Amino acid sequence: MSASQQEMEAVVQHALESAARAGASQTDVLLVEGDDREVRVRGDEIEFVKQAQERGLGIRALVDGKEGRQTSIVSTSDLAPDAVARMAEEAVALARATAADPTAGLPDAGFATDLPDLGLFDPADQNVALDARIEDAKRAEAAARDFDPRIDNSEGSQASSGHARVVYGNSQGFLGSYASASHGLFAEPLAREGDSMQRDYWMTSARRLADLEDAAAVGRKAAERAIRRLGGKRVETCEVPVIFDGMTAPSLIGQLASCASGYSVYRESTFLGDKLGESIAASAVTIIDDGRLPGGLGSKPFDGEGQPTRRNVLVDNGVLKTWLLDTYSGRKLDLPSTGSAARGTGSAPRVGTTNLWLEPGEQTLDEMIGELDRGLVVTELIGMGFNPTTGDYSRGAAGLWVEKGEVVHPVEEITIAGNFGDMLQSIDRIGSELVWRGRTAAPPLRIASMTLAGE
Amino acid sequence: MSASDPTETSADRALDFFRDRFDLDDSSLAAALDTALERQVDYADLYFEYTTTDSVSLEEGIVKSGDRHLEQGVGVRAVRGERQGYAHSDDISVESARLAAGTARAIADETREHAPVAVSTGAAGHDLYPIATAPTDVPVATKVDWLNEIDAYARAKSPKVSQVMASVVCQHKHTLVAASNGTRVADVLPLVRVNVQVLAADGSRREVGYQGAGGRFELEEMRDPSRWQGLVDEAVRIALLNLEAEACPAGAMDVVLGPGWPGILLHEAIGHGLEGDFNRKKTSAFSDKMGQRVAAEGVTVVDDGTIPGRRGSINVDDEGTPSKRNVLIENGVLVGYMQDRLNAELMGVEPTGNGRRESYAHLPLPRMTNTFMLAGEDDPQDILESVEDGLYAVSFGGGQVDITSGKFVFSASEAYRIEGGRIGRPVKGATLIGNGPDVLTRVTRIGHDLALDEGVGTCGKDGQGVPVGVGLPTIRVNDLTVGGTEG
Repeated sequence: MSASQQEMEAVVQHALESAARAGASQTDVLLVEGDDREVRVRGDEIEFVKQAQERGLGIRALVDGKEGRQTSIVSTSDLAPDAVARMAEEAVALARATAADPTAGLPDAGFATDLPDLGLFDPADQNVALDARIEDAKRAEAAARDFDPRIDNSEGSQASSGHARVVYGNSQGFLGSYASASHGLFAEPLAREGDSMQRDYWMTSARRLADLEDAAAVGRKAAERAIRRLGGKRVETCEVPVIFDGMTAPSLIGQLASCASGYSVYRESTFLGDKLGESIAASAVTIIDDGRLPGGLGSKPFDGEGQPTRRNVLVDNGVLKTWLLDTYSGRKLDLPSTGSAARGTGSAPRVGTTNLWLEPGEQTLDEMIGELDRGLVVTELIGMGFNPTTGDYSRGAAGLWVEKGEVVHPVEEITIAGNFGDMLQSIDRIGSELVWRGRTAAPPLRIASMTLAGE
Repeated sequence: MSASDPTETSADRALDFFRDRFDLDDSSLAAALDTALERQVDYADLYFEYTTTDSVSLEEGIVKSGDRHLEQGVGVRAVRGERQGYAHSDDISVESARLAAGTARAIADETREHAPVAVSTGAAGHDLYPIATAPTDVPVATKVDWLNEIDAYARAKSPKVSQVMASVVCQHKHTLVAASNGTRVADVLPLVRVNVQVLAADGSRREVGYQGAGGRFELEEMRDPSRWQGLVDEAVRIALLNLEAEACPAGAMDVVLGPGWPGILLHEAIGHGLEGDFNRKKTSAFSDKMGQRVAAEGVTVVDDGTIPGRRGSINVDDEGTPSKRNVLIENGVLVGYMQDRLNAELMGVEPTGNGRRESYAHLPLPRMTNTFMLAGEDDPQDILESVEDGLYAVSFGGGQVDITSGKFVFSASEAYRIEGGRIGRPVKGATLIGNGPDVLTRVTRIGHDLALDEGVGTCGKDGQGVPVGVGLPTIRVNDLTVGGTEG
């Protein structure tokens, strides 16, 4: 069922031509085809095996209105030529029903001309046997269960492998394509002791199977994390330094990037609104978004509008250097696109990150704990208590309580709160360990003081 | 497809739809199931879906875009013991279903002889959301005009309103389930939702207010000005209120939750923990607590998928089981879990009509529908006056739970201090955290004012989102940790 690149490009061309015939002044088309396999093992049993081939076609049609262009997005999985032509006509009719927007439109120029090989898949992985991935999940699950007798249950260990091809074309003459893969392994064991039952997880993901962490190591780390949460308790409400570990720190960087999105800026819904060029974080903080990192899980040769991806230094030594922009939000702010358009088949372009990270520092996490007199290491965050407009931050947390440089007991049922702007300014330690588990990575980092609510 | 025979139920219309459009009749469904059943499997099912979604959104006073999405496909599942094979295709046809069945059955190695399966209509389900006009058939121009009215109305409310974002999202979903036990059930599910978000500015301070509403009914119901103007009024009121709000206190205190949407407490604190899969696997903090006291006397919690027109309601679940009103906690005692077929079978109980999935591309899981606490007898004003020093939380954003430890959080979008039994200053950014298995044991007062939410909830589990509802009367909960910044 999988179509060749040429066949996919022909579908995109047909959609572009159909929209033009129906009266669109500009059109762009995104076609994605993928196959995915997923397997979960729990204990000795396979819990599920899931396989699918999927495809999606998204057409954005623009028609000329009185004072700008009118826009619509339609999507379908039906790629039959007459169905595609019908969808294109529907898109044009839908666009005519919306209002004209003087800012709407495709990029005028600057489309990607070089499409470098970014190492987004390994041909050797193309035909990976399902059994091999089942084996990985079984090894992770067994390693977790064998780690300690207190690991007596689990939510299972899950392995996944997916391949996708993206074709994007527009009426400005750009047509590009790339193939990518992503593989993952995830283990989530349960530890039990007395009345206390805890779960935790560990995961690895990569473009190449060979780059995944060893399956047994994934299981062991997940088990170690679950065990150390046993006996967790609340602590008294206080203000203390808080260390985010390598699993929780990336969420802070992701939140910062969303607050630097051009859309948040022109909608006045970010606390960073008037701070471009100013110091917004401690001077040791440098944050980069690079869409062309070889083998990166967020890498792609061009963005959702055909603009070349690139390296954007978002924060340089504490100073906010740029917004992240696609064409639309860039025009709103009189700035060029930063190649940050993200696009799904069913949505208009918006701003997204690619490979986003915080530059590591010198200290290991153990050293950071060793010099902490009294405070918290956050190993898991729950809830969505972050308001990007005001920077108000308050989330549920679990972690480890540290006194005089030693972990003394696990902590749970607490919240940590502060103002995000103040939190960024008071990052006073940055760890050395930078591990990629997704598109966003950060080493452990310490915030000098946050309000911890507990008993 | 716009006008339909009013004597036909949703089930009839969906069966006609799949037969007329895709040639799916009883014999072709049986043929596809046969492919799965050639192996040694206990059970197999097919789930066909054809969903149209459209959304129109406004910002900066302009309806900038109209979207229309078609999602169609078939998911085929083969079950053997605890093991499930699943394959799906985005093509609706018997051939695609057979191909997927060939993949799904790979969880079982042994072939077998089997009697041909016959599918026939299942038990008569409900007809909870009959409509004459699909919301996706309402002209886009009507929705555009309406959004412009919403924008003008919101901006006229206060000079402090600096941005208005509004959207109308409509969905019309056809489903068809055929299973090896002979079940053949179909449904048509409408779903509408209106969202209004307002940014209010005062000097350099900016705050957001949001209100949404919706359900499974005709879009026309929402277009009544008394209905949508109330939404806008709320969004503006909350944004302006938050301009005045102070930092929230931190620490354990007594909390009064208002009626309606604060029922998200139940969803997070106990709802997920009572889903059958976690309890079969004994990974829930509620495992093995059946028959035990998990809440204070007087606390009765139900999950009810049968309320007409509600966002969380379903005529049948996504495995063909009719929805039910399931009592989870009765007068403080745990009496029921929510089940899909697989977990019910493995636990030796009946399915409860809670087997739901996001789409044909997902495996069904035990999921909530509309989860709420029954009303008590207390006067809400008396409940507030009973608290000397605490927090009154009226509306919430999202929440999350760790099933295993039982710890849950939810974040308030409108909250006040309670000082000397009176509602005091508004506070912002309050996140509440607690322990599911014991939080309801500390409910000391239950109001007579049960309300269900406005119809905007989406629950996420295993990466799948499904529409749900919640509800609560005013209640008092003692000693809940409030996560603000003021120590």
